[in-house]
Amino acid sequence: MMTRLGRAPWPLLVVALALLVPAVGSRFYTFLANDVLIWALFATSLNLLVGYTGLVSFGHAAYFGIGAYTTGILMKKLAVPFVLAFPAAGIFAGLAALVFGFFCVRLTRIYFAMLTLAFAQIVWAICFKWNEVTGGEQGMPEIPYPALDWMDRLPWVGDLRTSDHFYLLTVLLVALCLWALRRIVGSPFGRILTTIRENPERAEFIGVNVRRYELIAFVVAGAFAGLAGGLFGIFNRGVFPDFAYWTKSSEVLIMTLLGGMGTFYGPPLGALALILLNQQIVSYTEYWPFVLGTILVVLLFVFPGGLAGAAGIVSRRLARALRA
Amino acid sequence: MLEVHNVRKAFDGFQAVAGVTLGVARGQIAAIIGPNGAGKTTFFNLVTGHLRPDAGTVVLNGRDITGLAPHDVCRLGMGRSFQRTNIFPKLTVFENVQAAFISHRGRGLSFFARVEGLYRDETYAVLESVGLGDKAGEVSGFLSHGNQKQLELGIALASEPDLLLLDEPTAGMSATETRETIRLIERITRERGLTLLFTEHDMEVVFSIAQRISVLHQGRLIAEGTPSEVRNDPEVRRVYLGERRR
Repeated sequence: MMTRLGRAPWPLLVVALALLVPAVGSRFYTFLANDVLIWALFATSLNLLVGYTGLVSFGHAAYFGIGAYTTGILMKKLAVPFVLAFPAAGIFAGLAALVFGFFCVRLTRIYFAMLTLAFAQIVWAICFKWNEVTGGEQGMPEIPYPALDWMDRLPWVGDLRTSDHFYLLTVLLVALCLWALRRIVGSPFGRILTTIRENPERAEFIGVNVRRYELIAFVVAGAFAGLAGGLFGIFNRGVFPDFAYWTKSSEVLIMTLLGGMGTFYGPPLGALALILLNQQIVSYTEYWPFVLGTILVVLLFVFPGGLAGAAGIVSRRLARALRA
Repeated sequence: MLEVHNVRKAFDGFQAVAGVTLGVARGQIAAIIGPNGAGKTTFFNLVTGHLRPDAGTVVLNGRDITGLAPHDVCRLGMGRSFQRTNIFPKLTVFENVQAAFISHRGRGLSFFARVEGLYRDETYAVLESVGLGDKAGEVSGFLSHGNQKQLELGIALASEPDLLLLDEPTAGMSATETRETIRLIERITRERGLTLLFTEHDMEVVFSIAQRISVLHQGRLIAEGTPSEVRNDPEVRRVYLGERRR
């Protein structure tokens, strides 16, 4: 039975389910689902570095922020349509990752992590101070929604709110990005990345130019983080310097760890779990960070593979029990 | 095939390798022996590009490779195994060897191809020849030490080298495992027409397969020749063979 369950087209089912949220759920649930989707993409992009290449970045929010500002500035100040402003987020974030990454991959372990953090703080400082372009401390409110008039003509979705239309667009774009990332992870390139994670010294001596591959992974991860940021600015109805702040970097890292790095669907699961937990626990207690900390400590000790790892263990036990 | 000329390497003033000149002819099986700390591993690292020599040159197939990065050296036809077992522990046995094929054949930058079946036949052929054909699906980190050493050899072979450098291929093995491994290495070298340079501390192993032996002591070559010449060299007897008999 487990094998039959395993073969179901899960990704498609999840996409279908996600598309139904505005029709069934309230405005609040659509909002929440939109938040989760964007963070899921952000966390998955980070996992390409942390889980697959073995590079722990403490500054991934830099690329999220650059993506958000790119789309935001293009759409609000220059009235560029979304079809161009969205990919531009990936391109600009990817270019920034290329420049910063060039220096970062020359360092290893904690030094690598510290340098990614340093670059992210530089990005944050620029966003914070460069008033003419970024709006400085006040950020840039009122990013317009993309023109989605064509959705009005579709059956069922035509009557929904603009924010719901944007949500549906997010579902499709995030699904597309996750599909692309999934292909990358399952490609020969992805396999080479895992050899670097496992043993960089050995990887060099099967002929892998470790630094070059690390840099490419850094750029790809940065570009997808940028795309997530581009969506987030619109979703959030504004772009602010704290998008690139170190707390955002740590938040996305926590999602990745919580969900389980090294498994593809771990980080999206982590994004879902963290946002829902946050929502629930905040309404009960103001000590939400304390509760989250405890959950993380327990999880890291009991299930080092995160939620995805735990789910794997449970389902294998269940399968064995069912067979017995 | 390989010509090393007067290479030197010092660490904080300590001469680990103090001017070694050594040549290996195509098709030869050559060994470097020497007591612990003689500089064998450092010498290997100088040849493979893991360390840059302070002086001297390394020439492979007539091409100066001194100071090249390991991944470039590997591409020019040198395969290597390491003294401490050096594999990709969380990948399966199949994936370990497949990755080496992907890299060697320049497919590492295909982003959207599917990796699963890539170089399947080549990978199985290598696994068969190192005796791991039945363990392809196992996670390599859980293999026995002997099997991991076999896998390392498999990874090195997947880079389709002309020259194979093995750093203590039988380190930490039982007598039986050692004998089997040596037979394996000898067979593969013959079948593939490889040139082999290896370091070893086990005298029996060295004298059984090497055609030429170089003896390293305190960073210098103190003797070089056929096994019988080396065995009868008084200097070698004093610093190395004598030491081991004590």
